[in-house]
Amino acid sequence: MNIVVLVKQVPDTWAERKLQDDDKTLDRASVDVVMNEIDEYAVEEALRIKESAGDGSEITVLTMGPDRAVETIRKALAMGADKAVHLSDEALHGSCALQTSYALATVLGTLDYDLVICGSESTDARLSIMAPLLAERLGVPQLSGARKVTVSDKTVRIERQTESGYDVIEAATPTVISVVEKINEPRYPSFKGIMAAKKKPLTTLTIADAGIAPDQVGLAAATSSVESFSTRPPRQAGQIVKDEGDGGSRVADFLASQKFL
Amino acid sequence: MAEVLVIVDHLDGTPKKVTYELLTKARELGEPSAVFLGAPGQSAAALDGLGRYGAQKVYVGESEDIAGFLTAPKAEIIAALVKDKAPVAVLFASSAEGKEVAARVAVKTGSGLLADAVDLDADGTATQSIFGGAVEVKSTVTTGTNLVTIRPNSTPPVEQASEAVVEQLTVEVTEAAKGARIVESVVEGKGGRPDLGDAAIVVSGGRGVGAAEGFGIIEALADSLGAAVGASRAATDAGWYPHQHQVGQTGRTVSPQLYIAAGISGAIQHRAGMQTSKTIVAINKDAEAPIFELADFGLVGDLFTVVPALTEQIVKRKG
Ligand SMILES: Cc1cc2nc3c(=O)[nH]c(=O)nc-3n(C[C@H](O)[C@H](O)[C@H](O)COP(=O)(O)OP(=O)(O)OC[C@H]3O[C@@H](n4cnc5c(N)ncnc54)[C@H](O)[C@@H]3O)c2cc1C
Ligand SMILES: Nc1ncnc2c1ncn2[C@@H]1O[C@H](COP(=O)(O)O)[C@@H](O)[C@H]1O
Repeated sequence: MNIVVLVKQVPDTWAERKLQDDDKTLDRASVDVVMNEIDEYAVEEALRIKESAGDGSEITVLTMGPDRAVETIRKALAMGADKAVHLSDEALHGSCALQTSYALATVLGTLDYDLVICGSESTDARLSIMAPLLAERLGVPQLSGARKVTVSDKTVRIERQTESGYDVIEAATPTVISVVEKINEPRYPSFKGIMAAKKKPLTTLTIADAGIAPDQVGLAAATSSVESFSTRPPRQAGQIVKDEGDGGSRVADFLASQKFL
Repeated sequence: MAEVLVIVDHLDGTPKKVTYELLTKARELGEPSAVFLGAPGQSAAALDGLGRYGAQKVYVGESEDIAGFLTAPKAEIIAALVKDKAPVAVLFASSAEGKEVAARVAVKTGSGLLADAVDLDADGTATQSIFGGAVEVKSTVTTGTNLVTIRPNSTPPVEQASEAVVEQLTVEVTEAAKGARIVESVVEGKGGRPDLGDAAIVVSGGRGVGAAEGFGIIEALADSLGAAVGASRAATDAGWYPHQHQVGQTGRTVSPQLYIAAGISGAIQHRAGMQTSKTIVAINKDAEAPIFELADFGLVGDLFTVVPALTEQIVKRKG
């Protein structure tokens, strides 16, 4: 079984995130960056599928992002993935979700995969649409929002949280899966893993290497455009009151003052 | 006048409130046509409400092939409609499903997509709130059809009665779209309250609630306000409340008029799902809890005394 895991490097959610004034894209240079948290669960799930199959499955990490995204790749390799592909090109800067999916799907088209596993949501874009976008482009089934995955032979089953309970959904490989954090507890890279990661194969691709059309990606060709943005003053902490035995009525007074009662 | 497609978000045929919000918004952009997709017979329950909120047409597609598979069949039907009718915009609810269907329609029709809008102008410019509400962005679609998913509770639904002419769609789902099959749909009980996404008021409990039984006082408070019940991951993981009530990054995103958090610390992943709520009230015994940073009103106290007392006050004052 060949598994490709998609990981993305994102600004640390605790850092102050900004849009750049000139081209209104995310300022990725000036902030601390980390692997998108939920992608650690995607890597972990790939490792577990490989371990339980015990059949010499291979896990490839794929990321699209600037040079420094290689740190995120190393982390996934240190956790235990086997090799990595890094799509990195200035021309990709400012790509929208649709273009990102086109670029990633183009690279995926050159890889041999049974499963593509991604996270349910990135903390910077917060779109939660990569799995359906990729499934649509690759023409394979989509199993999104998985809180449990079972793979037997060529059939994949997931449990997906719904608004009233959960659905059990089934598809044949190849398929795209996205996972939520309920699925597992990601391992920490071991010292041995970190050392081994340095020697694992890493392929860096430009868009030309990957066969990505330059006029289909990047800010100028994005399918949507940011007209303007404004920074809102941080939510002002309101009134904080200590319970002196009258807490219930104090809250009720507030609710009444806001016309909720 | 230009046609605007509104994709009906419904539960077994009954439209959710967000559908009426979308129709209300759509009227500012053009003439709204509702698109109802579901299992055979389901649309009957929907037509009346759709007309009441201004749908001039209702395209109805009903088939087991729509209900039994994931999002791909719906996307096929909507993409075909988009090509056929050339609407100025297509509005979806910003639910997990709404976003996924919209994403597929975007690829199929070569269109741009604005997800998670909190407002939409008459010219199609969408407002999105990013980085935890710290930045507000105004964006437009520059390629293809204007596809927008809008968060529930972004606009108050306003009635405007209309004829709602029904047009039946022929549904032919390709084999390719049937790749992911729903084998089983499990309903985990806790019904009878408003849906989390739709509710104007949400009352959530966290680890501070202490046990499954503790949620009794959270539910009582919710019922006194006609609210939905939410929970933090700590509470759902402990099995105190069903998973589908989880609010946050990997749970539901809610944007109600009023959000009350009891016994919740306010971790960043929880905030991600509730920080665009209009008014936030926090009850927590730790004065240092980060949830107080975003609360409009914070009460430092023990939820086991404050919450029942609050419920009693509400019941009394509402008479
Ligand atoms: C990838 C990922 C995704 C996640 N997604 C989500 C998500 O979608 N939603 C989510 O909620 N979390 C999510 N989390 C978890 C999140 O990080 C926190 O662990 C979680 O939100 C904590 O829940 P809590 O606030 O209920 O518990 P705690 O952080 O333990 O807080 C409990 C609070 O209750 C207070 N308290 C205790 N007793 C009382 C009392 N008697 N009266 C009043 N107050 C009391 C305490 O002072 C404390 O502040 C995610 C984490 C990860 C890593
Ligand atoms: N540039 C990227 N490179 C690799 N994977 C990505 C990229 N962008 C998004 N993903 C994957 O898609 C998931 C969902 O992201 P999003 O749709 O942006 O919220 C993430 O958790 C990643 O697994």
